Amino acid sequence: MTADLNRMTHVTGFGLVTGADSYLYRPTSEDEVADIIELARKSGRQVTLRGAGRSYGDANIGSETILLDISRMNQILHFDSAQGTIDCQAGVTLEQIWRHVIEDGYWPPVVSGTMFPTLAGALGMNLHGKNAFQAGPIGNFVLEYDVVFPNGTRRTLNQNSPLFSKIISSAGLLGVITRVKLKLKKIQSGDLRVLPISVPNWQAQFAAFEEFNDQADYMVSWIDCFARGEKAGRGLFHTAWYLDDDTDAPLSLRPEHQDLPDTILGRFPKSTVWRYLKKLNNRPGMRFTNWGKYLSAKLLGNGKPHPQSLVGFSFLLDYVPGWRKAYLPGGFIQIQTFVPKEHAPRVFAEQLHLQQEAKLESFLGVMKRHIPDQFLFSHGVDGYSLALDFKVTKSNKERVWQLAHAINDLVLAAGGKFYLAKDSTLRPEDFKQSLGDEAFAEYARLKLELDPDAILTSDLAKRLLLDPRSVG
Amino acid sequence: MPTSVIGVKAIVVGASSGIGREITRQIADGGGLVVAIARRGDRLEELAALYPGRIFPMVQDVTDHDSIPNKFIEATDKLTGLNLFVYASGVMPEVGPQEFNIEKDQQMIDVNISGAVAWINQAALRMQGTKHGSIVAIGSVAGERGRWEQPVYNASKTFLHAYMEAVRNRVSRYGVHVVTIKPGPVQTEMTERLKLKNAMSAEAAAEKILGLRNRTGEHYLKFTHLIAFAIIRNIPSFLFRRLKI
Repeated sequence: MTADLNRMTHVTGFGLVTGADSYLYRPTSEDEVADIIELARKSGRQVTLRGAGRSYGDANIGSETILLDISRMNQILHFDSAQGTIDCQAGVTLEQIWRHVIEDGYWPPVVSGTMFPTLAGALGMNLHGKNAFQAGPIGNFVLEYDVVFPNGTRRTLNQNSPLFSKIISSAGLLGVITRVKLKLKKIQSGDLRVLPISVPNWQAQFAAFEEFNDQADYMVSWIDCFARGEKAGRGLFHTAWYLDDDTDAPLSLRPEHQDLPDTILGRFPKSTVWRYLKKLNNRPGMRFTNWGKYLSAKLLGNGKPHPQSLVGFSFLLDYVPGWRKAYLPGGFIQIQTFVPKEHAPRVFAEQLHLQQEAKLESFLGVMKRHIPDQFLFSHGVDGYSLALDFKVTKSNKERVWQLAHAINDLVLAAGGKFYLAKDSTLRPEDFKQSLGDEAFAEYARLKLELDPDAILTSDLAKRLLLDPRSVG
Repeated sequence: MPTSVIGVKAIVVGASSGIGREITRQIADGGGLVVAIARRGDRLEELAALYPGRIFPMVQDVTDHDSIPNKFIEATDKLTGLNLFVYASGVMPEVGPQEFNIEKDQQMIDVNISGAVAWINQAALRMQGTKHGSIVAIGSVAGERGRWEQPVYNASKTFLHAYMEAVRNRVSRYGVHVVTIKPGPVQTEMTERLKLKNAMSAEAAAEKILGLRNRTGEHYLKFTHLIAFAIIRNIPSFLFRRLKI
């Protein structure tokens, strides 16, 4: 039971609502990862895996566990510009990858709304992007990866390995991913052609996604969660295409063309923007902001295609550095639910209605289209997802959780799915039901085989009873 | 109204009697979790039985320094966290006006000084890493001057105050609250034989201490003590030794 108090640290999930004290270890090699697992086994302590800490809830924190932070394993090992593949240590971030490959005309095949996740985290959660409706999650583009299993074995898994689709998506509960070889997307330009369309209600939202489903490269839509009645579901739909006729390509493929500006209107340093955002970060402020955004979407640039850099379009969340601090002191949770397409219009409308009834409207609503996938903890459905951000305070926390449970119940009844990287509120039976008995039994079997001492855990795993030690 | 202790995960050393016991009880009563540490296991069991699942008894003799690091980890594992550490162990054997007794003195040094340092070092080491939490030590107004009645007891509390001040100067910059409480007379087993007048009850003292747990600094429990001891601290030594206080 001994442990080194000098390693004690406190980390939080990205949403800043929950945190945990743990013993921090930052390995730089696969051998060190194996040593840490061995140390854990000998001392009886559990291990929690953490990448960049971008999961919103409690998936990347573990109270009193060894926190294995992979971010120092950040070497790009080999980039093959002829084949379009990149081989990296698993702590390499999406940002490192795009900066490394863009001048040779490549782009990561799937990216999240932020460029900071590590590959280990990206695979652990099997993240998706705005091209989820045709590309699926990032796991679809992994050629091979190395894993250190807690049972002492080390394996290289490729797409033919039965375990390949199990470790990806397993939320860091089956093995430690230490190296990843990824297939990259060939691009001809550093810009996308982006078409914004202002949509007045739910019906128009779904129609836009249907219309562009077969021809777009990216689709995403913003929802004003404050709009009610006939205006419910209004927002701004964006679709985008890769350019293959860009005469400026050599320039647009330069990293400096991609870099996000560090000021707003060429004047205000972005690093301070969250402080102003904080003033607006309340119900009336956000009602006004959402209204203003919809108004400008309707009046400015509506239906007019324009070029935008890949970074600018992809990494919307990185525009305002430290934006999450606007949610302090209580932090925020994100709920992203995935609903089959035949039920999505009704379920999303009801989700919005529930928020408005509770006077707890999400300050930001984001909708995407998805397809099913074969991974263990899959969140893919032939349908849509709606991501919601809820500010959490001391006084509203209980009500936010009640609302979340009501939303989760709706989704479950419609045969929907959840995404552990975004979760804070699921109850054990919710996750089990969404996963299905078969997948759950498969997980239990693999856990016993690959991690017989239940070394890998997290506060999320304990909450959802995915850690055999928490089942008792 | 007592301050909320919901979400508190505490270690209380010296939890079997007096102020420590009462702090333990009040945390558990308010919904917090406590690892209750003392030498006398039967007393801890008795207390823990009142709040099953909230008080975890742990037997430890604070004079056994070597066992403290492991016990500390065992306690934080039990709590799955730590945001409050209270050192409330203290002894004050009866010492006659002309008695100089190294055995009794050593006992006070072991419990009031060495035990405190050994435990608080662990809490400070952890909290300077986690950058949150409170460390509370129960000192005494007796530590304000070297009074004739209890040379080593007074000196042991003076030591504790200075040590806590130094710990405060080290770790409060990381957001850790470091609180020294200087109670006056409180009705406890330790003070029973003194037949104190105007003594505060242990319940009232514990409630005040829990209310002060996030207020970094030194605190008296009565406003009159603040005034009285400001004066007493400043009485010149040549006068002080002629006084009967």
